[in-house]
Amino acid sequence: MFSRAYRAAVTVPPLAWVTVFLLVPYLLMFCYSFWSVSSSQTITHSWDLNNYKDLLEKAVYWQTLLRSMWIAARVMLFSLLLGYPLAYFLSFYAGKRKDLLYQMVIIPLWVSYLVRAYAWKTILGSDGVLNTLLQYIHVTNHPLDFLLYSPFAVVLTLTHIYTPFTILPIYASLEHIPRNLVEASHDLGATPAQTFWKVIFPLSIPGVVAGATFAFVLSLGDFLAPLLLGGPSGIMISNIVVSLFGAAYDWPLGAAISLGMLILVVTLLFLSERLEKKWSFS
Amino acid sequence: MTTPTIVKPALLSIRNVAKTFGRNVVLRDVSLEIAEGEFLTILGESGSGKTTLLRIIAGFETATSGEVWMGAGRLDQQPPYRRRVNTVFQHYALFPHLNVEQNVGYGLRVAKRPALEITQRVAEALDKVKMTAHATKKPSKISGGQQQRVALARALVNRPKLLLLDEPLSALDANLRRQMQVELKSLQREVGIAFVFVTHDQEEAMVMSDRIALLRSGELEQVATPREIYSRPATAYVAQFIGHTNLLKGEVRSGTVHCGMLSWKTSLPDGTALFSLRPEQLRVANSGGAGVVRVQGRVLQQAFHGATELVRVQCPDGLVLVVRTASGGAVAEQLDLEFSTCDAIPVRESPERN
Repeated sequence: MFSRAYRAAVTVPPLAWVTVFLLVPYLLMFCYSFWSVSSSQTITHSWDLNNYKDLLEKAVYWQTLLRSMWIAARVMLFSLLLGYPLAYFLSFYAGKRKDLLYQMVIIPLWVSYLVRAYAWKTILGSDGVLNTLLQYIHVTNHPLDFLLYSPFAVVLTLTHIYTPFTILPIYASLEHIPRNLVEASHDLGATPAQTFWKVIFPLSIPGVVAGATFAFVLSLGDFLAPLLLGGPSGIMISNIVVSLFGAAYDWPLGAAISLGMLILVVTLLFLSERLEKKWSFS
Repeated sequence: MTTPTIVKPALLSIRNVAKTFGRNVVLRDVSLEIAEGEFLTILGESGSGKTTLLRIIAGFETATSGEVWMGAGRLDQQPPYRRRVNTVFQHYALFPHLNVEQNVGYGLRVAKRPALEITQRVAEALDKVKMTAHATKKPSKISGGQQQRVALARALVNRPKLLLLDEPLSALDANLRRQMQVELKSLQREVGIAFVFVTHDQEEAMVMSDRIALLRSGELEQVATPREIYSRPATAYVAQFIGHTNLLKGEVRSGTVHCGMLSWKTSLPDGTALFSLRPEQLRVANSGGAGVVRVQGRVLQQAFHGATELVRVQCPDGLVLVVRTASGGAVAEQLDLEFSTCDAIPVRESPERN
């Protein structure tokens, strides 16, 4: 069908890309995760499971991992709670303003993540917009310090950043629901609330699962928000990985944690894919 | 003459309904009554407003003006989910996440009927449409004809007072379609529920309906039984839309119609008049007699239609007539034709509308 040269031209570059930038690094990480660092700060190719043992036994690692999952879970929940109604409104009630509102959901994605994280810093800080306002209207007479450098700040920022990622798949799945199904439901005597819970919501589950997965996975691996706004109590697992690869110079442990995360995320993606498939019917 | 009193009150009464979308007038002043147990077809071309009328009855659209009554109550002020009206949608609109059984039971479940009753009524409805064997299949796993049956069962299981059907057979192929026409008609007789059936297919309308309401550009042209609408079309549009016809435009002068070289007696007042003459009312003969108009013509074309043929004949003055003859092979080049003057049905002209 196609010439050999054409097939080679099409397949070799992506394969090379994947090999150099994906397979080789993962293979290296995989190897590193079994090695160790000697007292003289050199990597010894010792091949044992000590790094994985550390990960499971040392409280700081698995507790941080659990905290990261808890933060990611909250981000996921709030993104869904914010994103679903918005996507629903966009799809069913926005009418002529649909395109405009859709663009308004997208626009924040054009703004640098860093800028948005810093923006929250100026809002939440002790001299920040929020604290100034609260003191001005005498809700409080001293700056509230749980606002910044806390898991709260991290959850808030990540929710702000990742909600568009949940809105878009939910919106897409709502748009795919044939409107005559909604009419059929009303026709058969279902009230708008019954129609929502028995027809619209079940048919939007693939979008909800995709959106939830985005929010959870992206938050789980986030390191900028906890770095800028998390403080000591808002540290997440990626911050540990970064410090292990950096200042702590423990690449083997960093690699082990990274691979553990990778397995967790791949499992989640696999489950979410299964769930999406189970709930799609077209 | 006394007008016959209506024994059964009308089940549904559409009163002066009009609908505009922006500047686009879709329905204008439509009034129509539907009796209990009646099979009424709303027939019209695409864009005639037939689906909009159906959607107004179902409650998916609100009329711009006019009222819809069911019995003694206003129907058009109720939301669709409170109307004792069910719809079979054009593309069935089966819920893809529910199986056949759950689809059929949907209306009963949202009405919170007892579980036992739901099971029984769903089983009954599935039996009625011969879908019991497919009860646990998802809609995507059954054929179009079967989906059609499920959609019917899903609507009928709620025992509506009125069933609306929006071109339900249009997606089926010709054979299945004819079979479903017969099934649908006998099912309607069996359940005794009034059907309002929307179609653009005049043949389908003729086969199935008790009455046909012919809609054109948002206005009713004629509401009558299939026989009446065929043999006594009210307007030129009706005559042409239903079956084949010859439209003869004539001039009436003191009791005589003059149409080219044809002329016959009439009781119509002076002025122009339009007549519909069905091809089968033209005979290849030269018998003469009272009340018969004769004409001779040259055969232009012969089209085979199975049991009959349609022959186009051109008269010396240029008028082309379509004649239905029994299928008998070739006909002569010149034909003698005649028709009884009473078969030339005077029809109103159908004015152009936007």
